[in-house]
Amino acid sequence: MAELSFDNLALERAERRIVDGVSARVASGAALLLLGPNGSGKSSLLRALAGLMPPAGGTIAWDGADIFGQAEAHRARLCFVGHQDAVKPGLSVAENLRFWAGLAGGSPSIDAALAAFALAPLADRPARFLSAGQKRRLALSRLALNSLSPRPAELWLLDEPTTALDSASRQAFLDLLRGHLQRGGLAVIATHEEIGLPAKTLVLESPRRRREAAGAAA
Amino acid sequence: MKAFLALLRRDLLLAYRQGIDGWVVVLFFLAAGILFPFAIGPEPNALMRVSTGVVLSMAALAALLSLDRLYQADFDDGSLDQIALSSLPLELTALSKALVHWLSTGLPLLAAAPVLALMLNAPVAHYLPMLVALALATPALSLLGGLGAALTMGSRRGGILLTLLILPLYVPVLIFAAGAIGFAGDAAGLSVEAAGRGFGAHLLLLAGIDLALLAVTPWATAAALRQALRA
Repeated sequence: MAELSFDNLALERAERRIVDGVSARVASGAALLLLGPNGSGKSSLLRALAGLMPPAGGTIAWDGADIFGQAEAHRARLCFVGHQDAVKPGLSVAENLRFWAGLAGGSPSIDAALAAFALAPLADRPARFLSAGQKRRLALSRLALNSLSPRPAELWLLDEPTTALDSASRQAFLDLLRGHLQRGGLAVIATHEEIGLPAKTLVLESPRRRREAAGAAA
Repeated sequence: MKAFLALLRRDLLLAYRQGIDGWVVVLFFLAAGILFPFAIGPEPNALMRVSTGVVLSMAALAALLSLDRLYQADFDDGSLDQIALSSLPLELTALSKALVHWLSTGLPLLAAAPVLALMLNAPVAHYLPMLVALALATPALSLLGGLGAALTMGSRRGGILLTLLILPLYVPVLIFAAGAIGFAGDAAGLSVEAAGRGFGAHLLLLAGIDLALLAVTPWATAAALRQALRA
């Protein structure tokens, strides 16, 4: 039973506080949805949970131990799909996937991951000719690649995973996510849309709203 | 190791596909070098005196050209996040990137150096010493350049900043490379044995710079990358 928790978290970007006093916990088999308007710090929170962005205050812990004290172990247990697709336009679809497989130290067999989002017919197409939705599918194939690896990641951190996806791909993503949660995985997902799975939600407020609320209280 | 090779293979493939970049570096090197006969005048002896020095300084400038995309492209499209979150330490990422820069810029410059030397009427006896000195100088340029690219990543006008930051650091490399070539032929008026010793000493110093940079720059570059990823 694993648990990711963050407590009274504060994040700053360019010396501006974007997230303040946010707490939540998510355990094995569960997903946490991050909701909130643009600029409310959803992406930054995900980057912090990935260990890329140290918080300005508060703690992030895995099973009670601070993640910044065990950076390598934390990296090994997570799979991050950011709001950028990390797709190299100069490489073909298959080459992009093969690079990710190699970077993860895994086998170069990528056929199953290609099939997960019906990308097999596009395998040899240069990624620069993909549409936004197809690029997103390619980025999400990293999740398929990861679930098929011998040691799948326990924690998925997803930033707007369903943006630009058609309904078939959305269903494929849901199936993957459901499988991950059933295996006992955790997921934290920033989203504007209904995901279609029962999940806890955490609503982040924009900094302006927060200031107004503080002003009203005073 | 697998991850290191995957990154190296990908970056070499991308460099090869964007072959235009490699050509731009070589063409800039030749075009900038060819300005000197026009500026100094075509007098053969004057050109001969500056020839190898021009080759070295133009190589240092040309090596800067392809630096600003070294990390920026991966930073812009989110790939650097994935690389930072992989099992590959950022120190090895830095090493792989410097190696790719050397293979895609340093090697082509080495190949083009004799052509520019020929156009500048360099003494025949200077060709081989110049190539040996360049072969030892270009890895240092790539390692320092990688550090500069990581430090200026994400900043506006990063390319200009990078140039101002890195060019002063190229000076020691140029000094020892030029020093080595200075012992070539009979230019120094020394006995063959003494010239050989002087040449060897400068090459050893250049190799020493390479090794010292190899030991230091991957860690400094990784620290700069970590800093940039925090934002």
